[in-house]
Amino acid sequence: MSTPTRAQTQALDQLKSYRFGFHEPDASIHTSRPGLSERVVGEISHWKNESDWMRRFRLKALAIFAQKPMPTWGADLSGINFDRIRYYIKPGDKPKANWEDVPAGAKRTFDRLGIPQAEQKWLAGVGAQYDSEVVYHRTKEQLAKRGVIFTDMDTALREHPDIVKQYFGTLIPPADNKFAALNSATWSGGSFVYVPQGVEVELPLQAYFRINSKDFGQFERTLIIAEEGASVHYVEGCTAPVYTTDSLHAAVVEIFVGPRANVRYTTIQNWSKNVYNLVTKRARVHEEGRMEWIDGNLGSKVTMKYPSVYLVGRKAHGQVLSVAFAGAGQHQDAGGKAIHVAPETTSLITSKSISKDGGRTSYRGLLHVAPTAVNAKANVRCDALLLDPASRSDTYPTMRVKQKRVTLGHEASVSKIGEEQLFYLRSRGLSEAEATAMVVAGFIEPIVRTLPLEYAVELNKLIELEMEGSVG
Amino acid sequence: MFGKLEMTNLHVSIDGQPILKGVNLTVEPGELHALMGPNGSGKSTLAMTLMGHPRYKITGGEIRLNGEVINAWTPEKRAQAGMFLSFQYPSEVSGVPFAQFLRTAFHAARQPKQPVPFATFQERLTTGASAVKFGDALLERSVNEGFSGGEKKRAEVFQLRVLEPELAILDEPDSGLDIDALKTVASALQQYRNAQRGFLVVTHYQRILQYLKPDRVHVFMDGRVVRSGGPELAVQLEAQGYEPLMRERV
Repeated sequence: MSTPTRAQTQALDQLKSYRFGFHEPDASIHTSRPGLSERVVGEISHWKNESDWMRRFRLKALAIFAQKPMPTWGADLSGINFDRIRYYIKPGDKPKANWEDVPAGAKRTFDRLGIPQAEQKWLAGVGAQYDSEVVYHRTKEQLAKRGVIFTDMDTALREHPDIVKQYFGTLIPPADNKFAALNSATWSGGSFVYVPQGVEVELPLQAYFRINSKDFGQFERTLIIAEEGASVHYVEGCTAPVYTTDSLHAAVVEIFVGPRANVRYTTIQNWSKNVYNLVTKRARVHEEGRMEWIDGNLGSKVTMKYPSVYLVGRKAHGQVLSVAFAGAGQHQDAGGKAIHVAPETTSLITSKSISKDGGRTSYRGLLHVAPTAVNAKANVRCDALLLDPASRSDTYPTMRVKQKRVTLGHEASVSKIGEEQLFYLRSRGLSEAEATAMVVAGFIEPIVRTLPLEYAVELNKLIELEMEGSVG
Repeated sequence: MFGKLEMTNLHVSIDGQPILKGVNLTVEPGELHALMGPNGSGKSTLAMTLMGHPRYKITGGEIRLNGEVINAWTPEKRAQAGMFLSFQYPSEVSGVPFAQFLRTAFHAARQPKQPVPFATFQERLTTGASAVKFGDALLERSVNEGFSGGEKKRAEVFQLRVLEPELAILDEPDSGLDIDALKTVASALQQYRNAQRGFLVVTHYQRILQYLKPDRVHVFMDGRVVRSGGPELAVQLEAQGYEPLMRERV
């Protein structure tokens, strides 16, 4: 065997330095062959023992996926090869309710993510996704007693078919976009949350996701329903191991916020830097309901994600807080959409993006005010921070306003990290990396302060590592 | 620790343009030197160069701190060696509370990193805040963001009191201050003086020197020191301006 070249050694070192870039040997029981066909989709449905309506839903979605062209209006997606992706991997048999029963490999992975420890402290319930199926899941007794359902999507389909059927795919139909169609055809796992009328879930519900198989696309599906006056905070964190070939993550998240209900959905995405992360997230908000998306995008090769709020009831409120970090070879195309349909609805979209080492961030947003949305109020604020001249940031705001009695605000800024600012901090003893990290931490502070403490700490830590150049 | 600073035949260019043209100046430990001179004479350039601004290129001569040549040192290394620059125009850092910034700087400025009792920082924070009359509300605000001119100057001297440098360079610590704020800043600096610490104060006005009592006063013109003297030189400049000195040089 020949000695590795210097470039190879460097590449290996980089892999080692990626904090979560480890993976366990693959012990999956069912694995679909690469590529997508009616047969593969049928197999997924068969392995899952699904009812006929879901099988038909999947096949219909597959036909739509095949018809729809690749979107070309956003980030470069030409590197995706649908034929090389395996669409289904099933580790173990059924979701495990008990930590002791979780396969050892999966457990080691979770250990390294610190999940059990975090759980001991303050988790209300954990639905952790290992490959495409939830293998570990537990709902706190008191939540179940109050009628709250927190389970994986497959279990929900079996145990609560009526609720699932009523909502599934109604807010984001397969025809919405190519990747929603792909997800609809091949979805597996994801979370299901149902909060009955008037119930307030005090602690955040958490789920961890992880891609752990080569060339394996993950297509989880999340459905959250908060009935009238209910309240819940759902937190999703993703980390992924590093692989040499491109991976695809195309999730769909649908949220229904009832009258006077309150839902917050927090994501910190840190996919490894070969993942295409193409996610459709949408919430429908009824009278005086309140929806907040908090969306952090650090990892991935390409992310396209624009959490949306459809404000359909009087005085409904929607908020999107988006923070994106793009380093070398990354393109974060993120933003938010607010669709005002009812009178006196309000929305706020705040986007903060950071580009470094030639990385690229784009803000893409939509503000739509229908003729029926009298006295609506909408505010958009997007700030971009460029850390060097090689980096890039663009803004693509779209406004469609069909009602005159509205209050609209739009502010955008692009700032470059200043030589004077860095010198000032360095003159106080901070290294260049520490100084940059401090400026960046300050820049995203308005978003970090809304995060649960553990996530705020992790986000700041990740940003610090990015500044030191020790990540990927 | 002590602070001795020497500049020997120091030449500096910015973007290829020579600004400093042979500066010779020595600040002994325990001394306070005032540097006065007309606008554009290169005083701020000297201050920035001493602290290691990357855009200011040393094209000749030397800077020594306690005998060691520091020409090639990074700004952070200089800070860690006990140097401090009070900026004429301090930068803002949005989203970072002033108190947090002070804590980070306090730990960053000591190398090698030694464990510090928590009480030490707390003590300096309290003493420093009262010396410059800094309220808790300002401590929670973002670094220099929305600070008035006077607050910025007081914030600089506050940092000096918390970081406790051995060699302090102050670039116009008095500009834009009303008489009360001037007294506050001057006395916070005066209290800080001792037999080991060296000071170089850039100023346009003799007023602050009434409180600070400089050991030496230097007149700076066209990128070098053209005259040095005792405190009486500042008084003379205040009365006559730089005109007579300029004529002398022609």
